[in-house]
Amino acid sequence: MIEFRSVSKRFDDGTLAVDDFSLVMPSRQTTVLVGSSGSGKTTLLRMINRMVDATSGELEIDGENVSTIEPVQLRRRIGYVMQNSGLLPHRRVIDNIATVPRLNGVPKKQAHERALELMDTVGLDRDMAERYPSQLSGGQQQRVGVARGLAVDPNILLMDEPFGAVDPIVRADLQQELLRLQRELDKTVVFVTHDIDEAFLLGDQVVILEKGGRIAQKGTPAEILAHPASDFVASFIGADRGKRALSIQTIDGAQVLVDGDGNLAGRLVEAGPA
Amino acid sequence: MTWVLNNLGLIIELTLVHIRLSILPIMLGFVIAIPLGWVAYRYRLTRGLILTLVGLLYTIPSLALFVILPPLLGIGFLSEANVLIALTIYAVAIMARSVAEALQSVDPDVRQAATAVGYSSWSRFWTVDFPLAGPVLLAGLRVVAVSTVSLLTVGIVVGVQSLGYLFTNGFQRGIVEEVLAGVVMTVIVALLFDGALVLLGRALMPWTRAARALPASPPRVAMA
Repeated sequence: MIEFRSVSKRFDDGTLAVDDFSLVMPSRQTTVLVGSSGSGKTTLLRMINRMVDATSGELEIDGENVSTIEPVQLRRRIGYVMQNSGLLPHRRVIDNIATVPRLNGVPKKQAHERALELMDTVGLDRDMAERYPSQLSGGQQQRVGVARGLAVDPNILLMDEPFGAVDPIVRADLQQELLRLQRELDKTVVFVTHDIDEAFLLGDQVVILEKGGRIAQKGTPAEILAHPASDFVASFIGADRGKRALSIQTIDGAQVLVDGDGNLAGRLVEAGPA
Repeated sequence: MTWVLNNLGLIIELTLVHIRLSILPIMLGFVIAIPLGWVAYRYRLTRGLILTLVGLLYTIPSLALFVILPPLLGIGFLSEANVLIALTIYAVAIMARSVAEALQSVDPDVRQAATAVGYSSWSRFWTVDFPLAGPVLLAGLRVVAVSTVSLLTVGIVVGVQSLGYLFTNGFQRGIVEEVLAGVVMTVIVALLFDGALVLLGRALMPWTRAARALPASPPRVAMA
């Protein structure tokens, strides 16, 4: 469990990136922080592995205050996946995946065996082990990034817009892959995105942020969609327009659903057993 | 060609001496420039000062340096050390700026990613920043090598043997062929060093070639 208690962050230039933020991120669930730029979502994520230190307030991981943990040690036990993969361009795929175990002193042979297994886990062909990151596609690079994040089998996986830079088809693919992985691995995932569809797809808990890390609403995707807490949330999730604003029309006695753009979205049927 | 053929032994001997004397200042200059360049890169405030001062060293005429150094360091005017130290100073003068620029050329995202996954600053410098700065470092080192090989010839005026002997001796005795032989051999030695450095770079930085082999995705490392 990750708990923020009245956490604030003021940067050296005076900007208040996060203002009195409190939140519990339950273990073995995916918490998605979603907001536009300037909402402080990445700053919040980086506080968890002390890439950014809070100006005030407390942040605990399983009851342990992170400010008491040495940053380098803390980072080595938390998986981190970022946009543009963040892979080391001068290391082969297998070495990139084995990076953190090697830093922790795991023998090379053992770290490489584990890296190959992780390539299977994230759906990468083992043939790619000897390649350099520049020889992979964007989607493949992100998979390597995820494999690296999982290499020390961390309880916590931080993901900073990991699928932001790949094309929509690959992104959908990677999202499904993450859902599958999460079912198998049961990590505490903190995921940052500006894409509300991605947030609703991946999040057990979705936290919609306004400027300065203020929580506009938090809850399950269903709760948020059913009862947007404010006009800001309603407009952010697009509840009143487009493909989320469905209305019923009757055509020849059958009820069909039409979205806000007038496109046919589906047909109304009896709900099955929940 | 007669002179060259008659003095082949001398030319080969001087060439080998020239190569031997060039290696140390190139290597020392590189090693000393690393901390200097790092400080210039790391601390913005000192950057201009350090790079300007170090750059000024290069403007000291070599003859003047050969005369100033011995009394300063308590070594003989005619000793090899005198010339080697002077050449090391010139190497540092060129290389310190290269090191600063090379470290600057490393993608900040990669640097940050390395920190985020748990590199300590020391291990990150040697295993991430430094190798990724490699292509720009190599470019600087190639300039240093050529400059050192050419400056070494001046050492002959304080009596340190090198291919420079062919210049002075040929000039005094009016043998154009000898002077020309000196020029040609100096150029060849410089090219040898340059070629060796390029090969060394290829061996140590295989990823730069991997990136070039696949133009579809842009190379992540600045090419030298």
